[in-house]
Amino acid sequence: MSIIKVTNLKKSFGDVEVLKDINVEIAEQEVVCVIGPSGSGKSTFLRCLNRLEEITGGHVIVDSFDITDPKININKVREEVGMVFQHFNLFPHKTVLENITLAPIKVRKSDKAKADEQAMQLLDKVGLRDKAGSYPGELSGGQKQRVAIARALAMNPKIMLFDEPTSALDPEMVGDVLAVMKQLALEGMTMVVVTHEMGFAREVGDRVLFMDGGYIVEENVPGALFDAPQHERTKSFLSKVL
Amino acid sequence: MEVAQKALPYFIEGLQITLYIFIIAVIVGFLIGLIVALMRLSPAKPLQWLAIVYVDVIRGTPFIVQLFFIYFGLNSLEWLSMDRMYAGILTVAINAGAYFAEIIRAGIQSIDKGQTEAARSLGMTGRQTMVQIILPQAFRRMLPTITNQAIISLKDTSLLSIIGIADLTQQGQVQQATTFEPFIVWTMVGLLYFVVIYLLSLLSKFLERRFTLR
Repeated sequence: MSIIKVTNLKKSFGDVEVLKDINVEIAEQEVVCVIGPSGSGKSTFLRCLNRLEEITGGHVIVDSFDITDPKININKVREEVGMVFQHFNLFPHKTVLENITLAPIKVRKSDKAKADEQAMQLLDKVGLRDKAGSYPGELSGGQKQRVAIARALAMNPKIMLFDEPTSALDPEMVGDVLAVMKQLALEGMTMVVVTHEMGFAREVGDRVLFMDGGYIVEENVPGALFDAPQHERTKSFLSKVL
Repeated sequence: MEVAQKALPYFIEGLQITLYIFIIAVIVGFLIGLIVALMRLSPAKPLQWLAIVYVDVIRGTPFIVQLFFIYFGLNSLEWLSMDRMYAGILTVAINAGAYFAEIIRAGIQSIDKGQTEAARSLGMTGRQTMVQIILPQAFRRMLPTITNQAIISLKDTSLLSIIGIADLTQQGQVQQATTFEPFIVWTMVGLLYFVVIYLLSLLSKFLERRFTLR
C-alpha cells in the first residue's frame, strides 16, 4: 500500500524544466533516499511532495489526497507531512519549546500543557531536554537540526521529508543528526531523504533513487545500487562520491 | 524667569494637545501602514496598485499641501465637514501611513523565505504564518526605522498650528505675542519638543534591547 504515488510529475521554473517526468511510489514505513548531483532536481522533487513548489504537471498523491488538485486543502495534507530543511529554519524569536509546540497548538488545537509535555518527550528523544528554554541562536547547528526534527515530529506526521538535513552542518555534528534519523527509521516512520550521506543511504535506506537531469535515472535497494550500478551516469556519479 | 514661569502652563497645555494628536495619529498611521503593506504584498493586482498609488501620492506631495487639501479642500465639499482637530490628526495619520507602509513592506520582505516554508510545511495557514512568524520578526528589525518615522510625525504636528490647532507651537506663537520675549519662548518650546523626542528614542532603544535577546 503506497502512501505516496507520483505519476508524470513535471516542474518548470520559467523556461527551465527541472523535473521532466518523475514516477515513483513509496510504501508506508519505507525509507527512500534520493541522491544525485546538484541541479539534478532532487530537492525540487522533495518540495513537490508537500507542494512547497507549485506543481507544473502530473499527479502527486500523498496520504490518498491528490495534492495537484487546486481545490484540495493543502494545509490539511501538510499536517501529516513533516519537513526538515537544510538550513533548519527554526523560528528565532521563539524558544526551543515554543518552536516545537507552536504548530500543535495553533494547527492541531491541542492544549498547551499537553503540547508542552509532548515537546519535552520529543526533546528527550533528540537528546536536548536541557535546551527547552533556549533560543535557536544559542544552539549549535547539529542541535538546531535536532530541534527542527522534533518540531516536525510534534505534529505526529505520517511522512517525514528531509532536504539535505546534514549539508549545512560541521562534520562532527552530522553523526548526532543521522542517529536521530536512523532511530526514526527503525520506529517505522515513512521517510524521504535527499542526502549526500552515502553511508546513511546504504545503511538506513530501504531504497535509493538516483536522480540526474530531472529524471529518476536508476532506483534499487542500496546494496545493489551502490555496488552494481546499471546506468552509466550512476556509475560516474558514484565513482566521484564514494 | 518670570516670563518662563508664566508661559510654562500654556506650553504644558499645548504639549498635551501635541502628544494627544501624535499618539492617535501614529497608531492610526501604523495600522494604515500595516494594511497598505499587506495590500502591496498581496497577489491581487488591484490591491497592489492601490497601495502603490497611495504611497506615491503621499511621498510626492508636501505635508502642508496634504493638510490644506484635507482641511480646506475636503471641507469645502458640501457633504463633508471636519473640525480642525479631526483634519489635523487625519493628515498626520495618512502621511505617516504611507511611510510606515514602505517600512513594514521592507521589513516583511527582509525575513528569510525559509521561515515561511517551515511554518507552511507544519500546516499553518498564510495568515497564521504572517501573524506568528513573519510580523514578530519583522517588527523587531523595523523598530529603529519606525521610531525614526514616529519622530518625523511628531515634528510634523507642529505644522498643524497653521490651521489653528492649539498645539505646543501655536502656544509658542501666542506667548511670543503676549510676552514679547521670543528668545525665551522658542527656547522653551524647542526644549519641550527635544525632551519628548529624546524620551521616545530612549524607549525605542530599550525595546530594541529587550527584543534582541539572542
